[in-house]
Amino acid sequence: MKSESSQNIEVDRELVLPGELLAEGKFKAGSGTYMENGKIFAAQLGIKSIRSNFVNVVPLAGQYIPKVGDQVIGMIIDIGPSNWLTEINSPYPAPLHITEAPWRVDFGDTARYLKVGDVILAKVLMVDEVKHIQVTMKERGLRKLQGGQIIEIPHSKVPRVIGRNGSMIQMIKEYTNCRIIVGQNGRIWLDGDANDIAIAAKAIRTIDREAQCLGLTERLKEFLESSKKNRRTG
Amino acid sequence: MGGMTTDLKLIDERGLRIDGRRPDELRPLRIEAGVLKRADGSAYVEWGENKVLAAVYGPRECHPRHLQNPARAIVQCNYNMASFSVSDRKRPGPDRRSQEISKIISEALEHVVFTHFFPRTSIDVYIEVLQANAGTRCAGLTAASVALADAGVPMKDMIASCAAGKVADTIVLDLRKEEDNFGQADLPLGLVPKTGEIVLLQMDGDLSVEEFNTALSMATDACYRIYEMQKEALRNKYCVSKDAMPEALEETIQEIEQERSSETNEANQDQPPEGNDPDQEGQ
Amino acid sequence: MATNPLSDIMRDHICKLISRDERADGRSREEFRPLTITTGYVSSAEGSALVSLGDTKVLVGVKCTVGEPFPDTPDKGVLTTNAELIPLASETFESGPPGEESIEIARVVDRGLREGKAVDLEKLCIKPGEEVWINFVDIHALDYDGNLFDAANIAAVAALRSTIIPASRMEKGEDFPFPMAHLPISATFAKINGHLIADPSFDEESVASARLTVVTLENGKLCAMQKGLGGSFTRAEVEKAINLSLKWGEKVRSEHFSGGD
Repeated sequence: MKSESSQNIEVDRELVLPGELLAEGKFKAGSGTYMENGKIFAAQLGIKSIRSNFVNVVPLAGQYIPKVGDQVIGMIIDIGPSNWLTEINSPYPAPLHITEAPWRVDFGDTARYLKVGDVILAKVLMVDEVKHIQVTMKERGLRKLQGGQIIEIPHSKVPRVIGRNGSMIQMIKEYTNCRIIVGQNGRIWLDGDANDIAIAAKAIRTIDREAQCLGLTERLKEFLESSKKNRRTG
Repeated sequence: MGGMTTDLKLIDERGLRIDGRRPDELRPLRIEAGVLKRADGSAYVEWGENKVLAAVYGPRECHPRHLQNPARAIVQCNYNMASFSVSDRKRPGPDRRSQEISKIISEALEHVVFTHFFPRTSIDVYIEVLQANAGTRCAGLTAASVALADAGVPMKDMIASCAAGKVADTIVLDLRKEEDNFGQADLPLGLVPKTGEIVLLQMDGDLSVEEFNTALSMATDACYRIYEMQKEALRNKYCVSKDAMPEALEETIQEIEQERSSETNEANQDQPPEGNDPDQEGQ
Repeated sequence: MATNPLSDIMRDHICKLISRDERADGRSREEFRPLTITTGYVSSAEGSALVSLGDTKVLVGVKCTVGEPFPDTPDKGVLTTNAELIPLASETFESGPPGEESIEIARVVDRGLREGKAVDLEKLCIKPGEEVWINFVDIHALDYDGNLFDAANIAAVAALRSTIIPASRMEKGEDFPFPMAHLPISATFAKINGHLIADPSFDEESVASARLTVVTLENGKLCAMQKGLGGSFTRAEVEKAINLSLKWGEKVRSEHFSGGD
């Protein structure tokens, strides 16, 4: 994995609003920003971050715009003879073509494999310049999801839920014994014992609500510990 | 303008207005961001006796389809006054006035939103006036800008809006109902504070060029003050003051950046994203 | 994103929870969400109330004016109820003239006010056959998370109860409080997987097969009922709903409408 040496990271965090001046001169405009007359301004409400000459804004809100390679949890909303239309919590519908399905599907036979309301784990295959999207299920592990529960969080909080090297999501999985799959589009699938799912869901919602707060990891650990204890004695 | 006559003393001997304000004084103004649950972004403005709610949905798939623009998002604003918002009940539904206001506000907002990021979509802005006392289009545009930022819509800047006018031969700021009805001119203004660009401008009444310039300057100054309040409303929602920097935000940012750097690395596609191992989930 | 259906996973999940007497927000089947009522919310109306029931928010404004009575009721005031399901409140509401959903809500709220004689229209007569008070009850949905029927009904009752007829302004005598003889309170239930649940949320409404609204008065009488959606209820379920409605009505009246205005 490509890593940036931490000596290059110039820390400069603050909550910024659209139109606020972020930097000028040697810096380059990263995501969530725009450049005008050599100056870089915030384009979205979010947290400013400077990293090896790029100034970015990590948005606190906003629509999910798919990127190629994103793992997403989608729902089938329409069926055609050669594709299924998937809704992936984005302004753009994402068709899944029969050639990108994990089964051998004949033309016109699509309804037999996936119906409206089904949930799938897919990957974003293509995003063109005018944001036409396509998804695929032709990869190891991608499949129709069944059972369990789905919760939604703002897509920008997904990295926080996953945690550094997956540590946060691992912690939740261990304490609750749940299977958890996180989609980059802000959808999270949970499966396990009913009480366990409830605890895992609550943990994830806590992260969503308090991602900016101090000592979140510690508090979450405490919460998970006490829930585990309560269940053993309860 | 109302064009009506009155016995009301709109400006008294001390130069004060009927509600005691000085000519360049704004009515009390309060802005709150993120007040609705269902909408993607929202804001509530109490301005004098105005109560205005704004909500944003989108960018989302454009309906009706024939309005879709293949190159960018369209901004559709709908300004509406609740039937109980005025003293003589207003019949529900759009009238010509609200359609005109919807149009000019849509056009103002279009100027600041980065619409090219979202081809074929629509950004729907709804402004609902719950209680009216003149200046509702300015309150609506001010609220709509906050709602757009709250929704995370990428924009150049927010828009601040305020009106000035002429009452009893005096240039005044932020007309209230009686001043609007019995005054001599009304000048609503919408400004992009960062650049000073004028994106909404209407005038009706009777002004000399010099009076117009005075009124415009007065409204412009007020817009800058209102802009600070818009920003404050958004900051308050996240309970973060401009100078505070919780340590935990460090963690948040570093993790988000790590995630970003792993995304840009195409060579590692066969390794599942951190924290998710579809393989182990079984079938 | 007009009206996307709930995924099969979430439908099943909601049904599973309900069969264990649990719901997504932690309530039990028969529990209503927290209710707050703020009267006098808009001063431009003669009476108003903002109600939040969970995350559903409804604002009702009452406007009063003088006009002619209907020819068949020359000595009674006029009450007109209207509901606006504005797109601001939900991506599922479309702009345009009232659709069948908003018409149904308005008519059910109206029935609750009118049929139980909750509103004393005879006290709203100025000159029989010539002049009466015309009252508009305008229901405005602001934020939608299910169960507009109850939120709208409670907001309408609270708004009317705090309305002052502006007689002095219209030179028809002294101002007086809107004549409310009773307080009709609405309770709505959804049927999911064979179970009756109270005060459905948005997601629960999309899974429900049938819906029942029961409006009761403080004397234990029923004054309006409405069944909705394509499914059905058993006789026992209807009786259970009536019992729960009476309890809910008592609770709302004692917690929010006791004491003076």
